[in-house]
Amino acid sequence: MERVPILKIGRTLFVSIQIDLQDDSVMRLQEDLAAELAATGASGVIIDITAVEIVDSFIGRMLTMIGSISRLFDAETVLVGMRPAVAITLTELGLSLRGVRTALNAEKGLELLGGSAR
Amino acid sequence: MEMDNSLGRMAAYLRDHQDKVVGRWCELVAAGIRGRSSAVELRAELEDLYTLVLRVMAGADEQAAGELRAALDEMSRSRARNGFTPRETALGVFSLKDAVYELIAGEADLIPEYLSFSRMIDDLGLHTFQTYAAAREKIIADQAASMLELSTPVVRLWDGIIAVPLVGTLDSARTQLVTEKLLETLVATGADHAVLDITGVPTVDTEVAQHLLKTVSAARLLGAECIVCGIRPQVAQTIVSLGIEFGDIVTKATLADALHYALTRSGLKVTTADRA
Repeated sequence: MERVPILKIGRTLFVSIQIDLQDDSVMRLQEDLAAELAATGASGVIIDITAVEIVDSFIGRMLTMIGSISRLFDAETVLVGMRPAVAITLTELGLSLRGVRTALNAEKGLELLGGSAR
Repeated sequence: MEMDNSLGRMAAYLRDHQDKVVGRWCELVAAGIRGRSSAVELRAELEDLYTLVLRVMAGADEQAAGELRAALDEMSRSRARNGFTPRETALGVFSLKDAVYELIAGEADLIPEYLSFSRMIDDLGLHTFQTYAAAREKIIADQAASMLELSTPVVRLWDGIIAVPLVGTLDSARTQLVTEKLLETLVATGADHAVLDITGVPTVDTEVAQHLLKTVSAARLLGAECIVCGIRPQVAQTIVSLGIEFGDIVTKATLADALHYALTRSGLKVTTADRA
């Protein structure tokens, strides 16, 4: 099973998804992220999905759940780098990802977190 | 077999009277289309058709039927493109019957021949009409496609602020195109704010509102904030009486207000310059 690495940069956890997400790797990512949040006390999570080309309702729900989990650790989630086609798919699926903030790219995502963490 | 023979006899008869029939046919068609084709052109076109019709009737060669249909197709397509009415196009074929009938009206012994000839011309006339309708539909589809392309510009208002002036009715095909273009521009320019101007949208019903909301939430997923502006008084009344909720989407009366709001949100301020 492929794992998604979680990088800690300052008070932010950085997750860049660069594999085809399978159900079990998604579950693993959730567990890893929860453990990392508990261990580091990070104040923000950036999920980079630039490389994700295909989403389904499961992945959409996964993103919302990561947002909810992070909030329990008082961390804010920012989803960055979504492709236009992915955004259209998610809206057609009726998923507006409540509780997750979005930004165009990683840089803007960091700005967003920097502004709210201070 | 009986029919083939009568058609064959008719073909021989028509070949003998070619000049007279084609001459009258040209007159009838020219009267129908009121001089939109020159007489020489028309004559050449009809003579070709006449020869083909005779070849088909005589049943001598197999390619004649295909050639005749191709010639009729070409004629109806060009008529459809040049704005001839369906009646004028169909008359072009049907008036051959009148021309022939005038010639043989006195000769009672040719009635069975005339009937099979008439049946064949009816068939050709229907074929012409079908091609005409298909050509018109293609023209309409092409126009719709070019309208779709024309009507969706995405313009840059300021650094980080883009605008989509929506003109015309929003259906699902157009919404999809607009959404795709908007999102691509957001990615390409890195804009944070998108202004959707609906001044040119004639009516906003629940369906249009639904489409707008979809576009806005797709843009939000990319991290951009959308502002809807250009809501006219009548449109505002319709929206309220239909009970449409725009939720937390920012709406402004005019494009100017929307731009001002977006500038403020980007941390910019518009002031009057000091004139020294």
